[in-house]
Order: sequence, then C-alpha cells, then structure tokens
Amino acid sequence: MMNVPALDVIELKKTYANGVEALKGISLTVAQGDFFALLGPNGAGKSTLIGILSSLVNASSGDARIFGVSIRSQRSTAMRLIGLVPQELNFNQFEKPFDICVNQAGFYGIPRAEAARRAEKYLKQLVLWDKAHDSARALSGGMKRRLMIARAMMSEPRLLILDEPTAGVDIEIRRSMWKFISAINAAGTTVILTTHYLEEAEQLCRNIAIIDHGRIIENTSMRRLLAKLDVETFVLDLADPVGALPELPSVQLRCIDELTLEAEMARGHDLNSLFAALSAAGITVRSMRNKANRLEELFVRLIERDEAAA
Amino acid sequence: MSANLIALGTVTRREVARILRIWTQTLLPSAITMTLYFVIFGTMVGSRIGEMAPGVGYIDYIVPGLIMMAVITNCYGNISSSFFGAKFGHYVEEMLASPMPGWVILSGYVAGAVLRGVMVSIIVLIISLFFTDIHLHHPLITLVTVLLTAVVFSLAGFVNAVFARKFDDIALVPTFVLAPLTYLGGVFYSVNALGTPWREISYANPVLYMVNAFRYGLLDLTDVSLSVAFAVMAGLAVVLAAVSLYILERGIGLRA
Ligand SMILES: Nc1ncnc2c1ncn2[C@@H]1O[C@H](COP(=O)(O)OP(=O)(O)OP(=O)(O)O)[C@@H](O)[C@H]1O
Ligand SMILES: [Mg+2]
Repeated sequence: MMNVPALDVIELKKTYANGVEALKGISLTVAQGDFFALLGPNGAGKSTLIGILSSLVNASSGDARIFGVSIRSQRSTAMRLIGLVPQELNFNQFEKPFDICVNQAGFYGIPRAEAARRAEKYLKQLVLWDKAHDSARALSGGMKRRLMIARAMMSEPRLLILDEPTAGVDIEIRRSMWKFISAINAAGTTVILTTHYLEEAEQLCRNIAIIDHGRIIENTSMRRLLAKLDVETFVLDLADPVGALPELPSVQLRCIDELTLEAEMARGHDLNSLFAALSAAGITVRSMRNKANRLEELFVRLIERDEAAA
Repeated sequence: MSANLIALGTVTRREVARILRIWTQTLLPSAITMTLYFVIFGTMVGSRIGEMAPGVGYIDYIVPGLIMMAVITNCYGNISSSFFGAKFGHYVEEMLASPMPGWVILSGYVAGAVLRGVMVSIIVLIISLFFTDIHLHHPLITLVTVLLTAVVFSLAGFVNAVFARKFDDIALVPTFVLAPLTYLGGVFYSVNALGTPWREISYANPVLYMVNAFRYGLLDLTDVSLSVAFAVMAGLAVVLAAVSLYILERGIGLRA
C-alpha cells in the first residue's frame, strides 16, 4: 500500500455548461507524504481540478484516485480521505465556529464527543478558540480562512487540499499557517496547495505542477525547476545619475531610471567583471539586490512560452 | 453507531437547531394565523353555519384542515428556505464534499422539516383546544396522515429548493400552487357540497385526500375513501423521494 500514490489524476477533462473548457485532459501523480504545489494564473483551472477531486464539480471525463480509491466509482470512501480548504468561504456565517467544526465531523460519521474534542484541539491550534462560540460572521477575513483549515482537519484527512488558503492574509498569520500546514505534513499528511504567492510555494513545497489554460505545462520537483533558472537579474542603486552605460559581452545592462540599473547575466557569472566595468565608467553602486523572486521569473517565462505556443 | 447514522443525526440536529433559533419565523407565525382562523371562522362565522354533521360544529370541522394547512406550509417552507439558504450561502458544499450519501442528506433535511411540521401541529392542536373540544377518534390514522403529508411536502420543498436560483423562486410556489391547493382542498367545506364539475375537479387535488384522511382520524368524517387517500399520499411520497434521490445522485443543480 505504501506505493499507492496519494493522488492519481487520469486524463481529467471538464467542460462547464456554458461551454468553457476548464480542463483539457490533466494527468498528475502526487506521492504519499508529499507537499505539492499546484500553480497557475487566474482561470487556469486549479479550482476546477480541486472541485472535481472533492466531488463538488462533475468531471466531463477521466477519473482520479485518492490512495487508490476512485472518486467516480467509490465517491464516499474517497471523500473520507480528503480534507478541503476551498478558495471561497463556504460555511454558514450564522453558525458558531465550534458548531461548524463539530457538524463537519458529524458529516464524516465521527461521534459527537470525539468531534467536540477535535474541534477544541484544532480551533486552539489555529488560534480561534476564544472566538469559538461567537457568530462566524464576526470573524475577520484571516480568521475565516483559518476556520476553514480547522474545519478541514476535523476528519483528520490523509490528503489535505488547500485552495489559496493564504489569499488576503497578513504576513504574520500567513507564517503561522505555514507552520501549521508544515507540521501537518511532517506528521504524515499529504498536502496539495495552490497559491499565487510563489515564494510560499518555493519555501514549502517539494514538488510542483503548473497549470495553464486547462493543461499541465510543467510537473517536476521544486529543486529541478529552480535549477532550470539559468538567468539572474540584479537591481543596482546608483550614487549619481547615470550617463552612458558600459558595454559588456555577457551582461545585459538596462537603465530603469537615472539612479537604477538592472543587470541580467547567466547564473554563476562572476560579478567582478561587472563591477570593474561599472567602476571604469565612473558609476558608483550604492546597493544591490536580487530582482524579485526567482520562481516568479521562471513562472512568468513558462506562462509566456505557453501563451506563444497557443 | 454507523457513520451514516451519525451523519443523519448531525443534519437533523442542525435543522432542528435552526428551527428553534429562528422560532419567530418558524413556529410563531402559524400559531398566530391559526388563532385568527379559529376566532374568525370558528367563533364568528361558524356560529352562523351550524353543524356540519350530527354533533360536529363548524369549528370542529375545520380544525383538521387547519392543522393540515399548517403542516403543509411549514414543512414546505422549512426545507425550501433552509436548503436554498445552504445553496445560496454555499455551505451545502460542506455536505456535498463529505462522504455522506445523497439519501442521508435528504433524510436529514426531511426529518428536520417533518419535525417542524409536528411541532407546529402540536401548537395548533393546543390552540384549538381553547376553541373546541374535539377528541381523537383514530390516533394511528391521524399520526400516519400527518407524517405522510409532512414527508410529501418536505420532499416537494426540497425539489423546489434545488431548482430555485433566487429567493423569489421558493416564494412563488407557496403562493401560486400551495395556497390554492389547500384552500380548494376542502379545508373549510365538504366537497359533497360542491356541484359538478367542481366536485370532480376537486378529486384531482392531492390535498383533498390528506385533509379528509386527517379529518377521519380526528372526527371520524371523510368525503373520500381512506385506501385511496393513503395510496395517493404514499404514491406521491415515493415518486418525490425517487426524484429527490436522483437529483442528489446526479448532482443536478448542485454540482457544476
Ligand atoms: N461554475 C463555472 N461555470 C462556468 N465556468 C466556470 C465555472 N467555474 C470556473 N469556470 C471557468 O473555468 C476556468 C477555470 O476556472 P478555475 O476557477 O478553475 O481557475 P483557477 O485556476 O482556480 O483560477 P484562480 O487562480 O483565479 O482561482 C475559468 O475560465 C472560469 O471562468
Ligand atoms: Mg481558483
């Protein structure tokens, strides 16, 4: 059983009633214990895929197996293995967080006493215990997102799927969420995460798939993906307004404004020649930083390539 | 306890909690309208009508119909607004993404609605005791009739909620379908008093059978054959349950 993947997606296709082809045939495998990132631009089809896995959306064709259990032919058994944190809020705002969690457990057939014990445990872990008996409507946006994580944990799923759990959440709470999810993963739960914060994926996830226009355009390990990144860009802040730029064979210099330069070069290229050339041109560099996020750059390039191919 | 039983208990309990939480919308209105009916039709109008059968005053005669009317509107209204609310607020997804099979979700909602129907009929029955002195002739028939009627209209309300896209869609049926059916279903009169063709047309109205079976239970009076009445109620319950389960199984109106 150890070799059965946590998730095995087989040629999933989805065309919505309005004719939108959201998934054009997706196949994907997520190993047990993995921390998997599902990335892609808005409208790529991530939530559609997650909707099908959690049986909220009917697939047009194809199947998916959760620890070997088909979501088509054994829906109930498969759902018992999944915990879902959806992208949009979907709890009853008039209920109390404690009741929302206890009822959730009830839907999974967990006896009430055990459900109450778990509700306390997870609401405490997600720092919501002091709000447990207030109306859920009164929670802040970030608290509502954490409530959905606590709710998903009630059935203690073997596969936890989180659809943009950190959207609109401040950095401190985002960090505490990362800690919580990492601990869950370390304890053996397979985690699938979608996010638009790429540094989040880079930090947390071991494997990655990028979806665009309903197709998987990249599916690899984070390490191998980052290794593909062969170009680095540095941003240089200058002491004085720049005049003419020096010519360098292997470094591309761009003027962003009169006090800022961008230098693009092959990864591992030495910086000494750049600074020598800059000094020779009478340019003084005050500070230097790596431009943006490495994964972000790669992501944009992959999507652009996909766009050009389409 | 089996997982499905616990899940069923959870859905039912949540429904009952909702009914009690918003009791001014779920339990109070029927108490008020029914008291008005008793005062106006029973005491003021009824005293001029006289006896409907030997020893049965007009007010006694309309009590069964009024209870049925309350059961029908409350069961239908409960499930249609609660389930539509769950759809509208997206928290129906909690249930759809859970391992619960369709029949558990349906049974839980129907049980909640039927319980509201039962609570309201008890309230109306208690109010009626202030105005009449009816006593139960056939307790079992009375009980089965209430339960079957409650189940039929709960299921109908469920189907309505699934296909409704806005709140208006669940308000239309009670006004344009349920109200005419109940008012023309012999709540206030005996169909025997009607001439052709109205009397024959009345027999096509399922509410007529429910009201009369219930009136038989309470007063030992009926315009229709009891076996036909039970066949109509059971038949409707089976057909509506099959439709509801099919909807849930296929996810029609629920899963994109
Ligand atoms: N219920 C629906 N009916 C019709 N079309 C839909 C529905 N849900 C999504 N779509 C369409 O399917 C495509 C994929 O949407 P999806 O929500 O899966 O994207 P996503 O990758 O999750 O995007 P985001 O990052 O913005 O959440 C989009 O074109 C969207 O408009
Ligand atoms: Mg999405």
